[in-house]
Amino acid sequence: MNPESPATFLEMRDIAKSFPGVRALDGVSFDLHRGEIHALVGENGAGKSTLIKVLGGVYPHPEYGGEIAIEGVQQRFANVRDAEKAGIAVIYQELSLVREMTVGENIFLGREPSRFGMIRWDELYRRARSLLDDLHLSIDPHTPVRLLGIGQQQLVEIAKALSHDAQVLVLDEPTAALTDSEVETLFVILQALRERGVGMIYISHKLDEVFRISDRITVLRDGSTVGTNPTSQWTESQVIAQMVGREVGDIFPAVTHEKGQVVFEANNITVTDPDVHKRLVDNFSFSVRSGEVLGIAGLMGAGRSDLLMAIFGAHAGVVSGEVRLEGKRVQIKTPADAIKHGIGFVTEDRKRFGLVLDQTILNNMTLAGLRQISGRFVTSIDAESAAGERAMKDLRVKAKSVFTVAGTLSGGNQQKVVLAKWLLTKPRVLFLDEPTRGIDVGAKQEIYNQISVLAKSGLAIVLVSSELPEVLGLSDRIIVLHEGRKTGEFTRANATPEAVMACATGHDRAAA
Amino acid sequence: MNDSANLPETDRPPATSDFIAVKEADELTRQTTIGKLKIPTDVLRAYTMVFALIAIWIFFYFSTDQIFLDPRNFSNLMRQTAVTGVLAVGMLMVIVTGQIDLSVGSVVGLAGGIAAITLGWLGFGLVPSIAAGIAVAVVIGAVQGALVAYVNIPAFIVTLGGLLAWRGVILGLSRGETIPTQLQSFKAIGQDYVGPLIGWIVAAMAVAAIVWLNVSRSRSRKKHGLTASSPAMLILRIVGPSLAVVGFIYMMNAYEIAPGRYAGIPVPVIIFLAIALAGAFLTQNTTFGRYLYAIGGNPDAARLSGINIRRHLLAVFCIMGALSGVSAIIYTARVGSASPDAGQLLELDAIAACVIGGTSLMGGRGTVFGAVLGALIMASLDNGMSLKNVEPYLQNIIKGAILVAAVGLDMAGRRRS
Repeated sequence: MNPESPATFLEMRDIAKSFPGVRALDGVSFDLHRGEIHALVGENGAGKSTLIKVLGGVYPHPEYGGEIAIEGVQQRFANVRDAEKAGIAVIYQELSLVREMTVGENIFLGREPSRFGMIRWDELYRRARSLLDDLHLSIDPHTPVRLLGIGQQQLVEIAKALSHDAQVLVLDEPTAALTDSEVETLFVILQALRERGVGMIYISHKLDEVFRISDRITVLRDGSTVGTNPTSQWTESQVIAQMVGREVGDIFPAVTHEKGQVVFEANNITVTDPDVHKRLVDNFSFSVRSGEVLGIAGLMGAGRSDLLMAIFGAHAGVVSGEVRLEGKRVQIKTPADAIKHGIGFVTEDRKRFGLVLDQTILNNMTLAGLRQISGRFVTSIDAESAAGERAMKDLRVKAKSVFTVAGTLSGGNQQKVVLAKWLLTKPRVLFLDEPTRGIDVGAKQEIYNQISVLAKSGLAIVLVSSELPEVLGLSDRIIVLHEGRKTGEFTRANATPEAVMACATGHDRAAA
Repeated sequence: MNDSANLPETDRPPATSDFIAVKEADELTRQTTIGKLKIPTDVLRAYTMVFALIAIWIFFYFSTDQIFLDPRNFSNLMRQTAVTGVLAVGMLMVIVTGQIDLSVGSVVGLAGGIAAITLGWLGFGLVPSIAAGIAVAVVIGAVQGALVAYVNIPAFIVTLGGLLAWRGVILGLSRGETIPTQLQSFKAIGQDYVGPLIGWIVAAMAVAAIVWLNVSRSRSRKKHGLTASSPAMLILRIVGPSLAVVGFIYMMNAYEIAPGRYAGIPVPVIIFLAIALAGAFLTQNTTFGRYLYAIGGNPDAARLSGINIRRHLLAVFCIMGALSGVSAIIYTARVGSASPDAGQLLELDAIAACVIGGTSLMGGRGTVFGAVLGALIMASLDNGMSLKNVEPYLQNIIKGAILVAAVGLDMAGRRRS
């Protein structure tokens, strides 16, 4: 701890940044002292990543509003390189090492010590060795990066940052993929860096870690700063309250759903990643009734998507467990099996998993149910257009026609197209994975209403979301997932944001 | 908000797009502004190709003293297009799924050789020799497709291996000799004509089909409560293609082989047109075709929509094999013998035809119509330059330059918009 020298080193004032249709940052101010670990916490979508990308030069100067100053000198980064020169190093969640190169080559990539254009390999590895020694790392700089575990790769990234003489180190969810002992190693190193006067911005969902390591905590919510205080003056429940603090319920349809028979049942689902022998989902069971919305809450990486992908027959890992539809046990080996049994899956990340971006709205809408809508082998463009135009009207997709290319739509309309695709398969159970990620409030509200209408019509719905208000506002029942395990179950009546968030962060397992 | 690190690994064969940067969203609505008109670049491109073809024809027409477009040469030009054209239809489907097939030239050589061996050396008849040639090509397609789809070896590697290996097989089987095919009925596949009467019957059927398709489509749109196109538009849609068909048949029939004897459509052209029509139907009007575009456009989304990617890739490589076989039969019949180096570089002609025709090598985009047009452009260049006695080395240089320029212009157009 270094509280006696609170000289501000980095200052970000009134940072604002908009994307088409979304205001991601709305006047965020943030500062960092030398030799300080300043934690940045907030729900998914609160604007943490955007703020870091502004600081790291990913969004260059005129694209954002506000000012960045280092030691009182105003900075305008045109690119990532500028930010690095100013001493800012960002270690993103997805590591940016070249897997086929050695540790030493990675550390000095693009800045290899050379003479007459020839790389001085001895010098390179000597300097890499001394950087690694500084961090008390026993990694051989000649090791190819692909042979290292994620934890060690993370530490190599830190060594690389230090080789740039970084004064500010930004760590975005650094422990997401680490084992407990790797976390300990990381913390020892972070503390050593703090002694050396390096300022660190520490982004994490794991509040226990934040409280262990940080000197100050800033909470971000909906693109604004809601509070900055020394860690000693916060309590975990205060932080959680600030994170979720917005009004819950106002944009959600106030309906109680008529629940029917149990339609879908999943028992003892376990998913193992064969590469690292890590259990992504551990013995998880749940059931849904017709007309019911079951919310599955949990933070990113808790195993929510793995769970749904596994049930849907689309997970690359090893899956075990049992699935029952209307009491009958079914085998689902491929997505086609799942669709045949009446499961629809509005996947996370619509651009990667949901849409064929350069095809029309119509082609996307009919992709999963093409054989039912259009014909077993020979397609009928007219039958398709009719179905597509009806869906477009029902879901209020805003586009010129069903022949508009899906990639040109706003996020909200793209999401509606994905939803339409699955409704056209006439499912009995609908999985929704992050159905409103990255879309504006108006579109969110329309999708919420649609979910409610669908439940009323007797569909069984499983809603996965990392946005707590969404889960709380829509679900009849909520199960909380943390590191692949069930850590809590709530009815709509007894679910409070604080209690659910506590289970989701692994802070309180009492409710399990 | 990028959380791709947390997303599950995908379980599917690799596609070309995995190795090349992903397309940007703003590329999708590319529009080109001409004066006050804003036209989607994709549409403009299709027209550009038609105009490019017409320009090439006009150029050669005047620079060869009108020989280029006289019925005899036009008939020849169409016959030359047939071999590449059949391959381009198959290649289009392969490329649309985000794959590639470099082995087709060698497969044409091998399948043609097998047919000739069956016919000439082993003394079997017409049907067994054709069947043997095509069967070998289908089996090769199935093997290569299985390696791509089920063993996850990139298609580039599998078919590059095939390019070498299948050529080696035919060199070994033929002991380096050229195998003659004497049977008249076999040669007819590559050399004969169907006669003017059949030509006119085909034309009448085609016009009837065009009318029927347009009218029934317009009725069906009304039935589903959709806005049908205006009567003027309907007539334009019927008259345009009909005129093209009649003009085409007229040219084919006008070729006078002997005094008073008119040719009609060459047999290989009939085969080619039938395959092109079937290919267009398969890609545009069937669930199978739609799945191919989805697989190429976004394999992950396709897989999660219940499409069996592996089975479709296998099928596409089998189709490519079958069409290589057909192409080999036409080629061997036309030449009248099978030499062990037959079909060399045909894979590149087929790929070039697709690319000139607007097919994206990253998958998900391209039409049979475009690929056929591309094949026609390539064949026109070959034919025209030969008529003008351009030296072979120059022909290669010019064709290469035109291929690169066609894609270069397209890329430049994208950047501007």
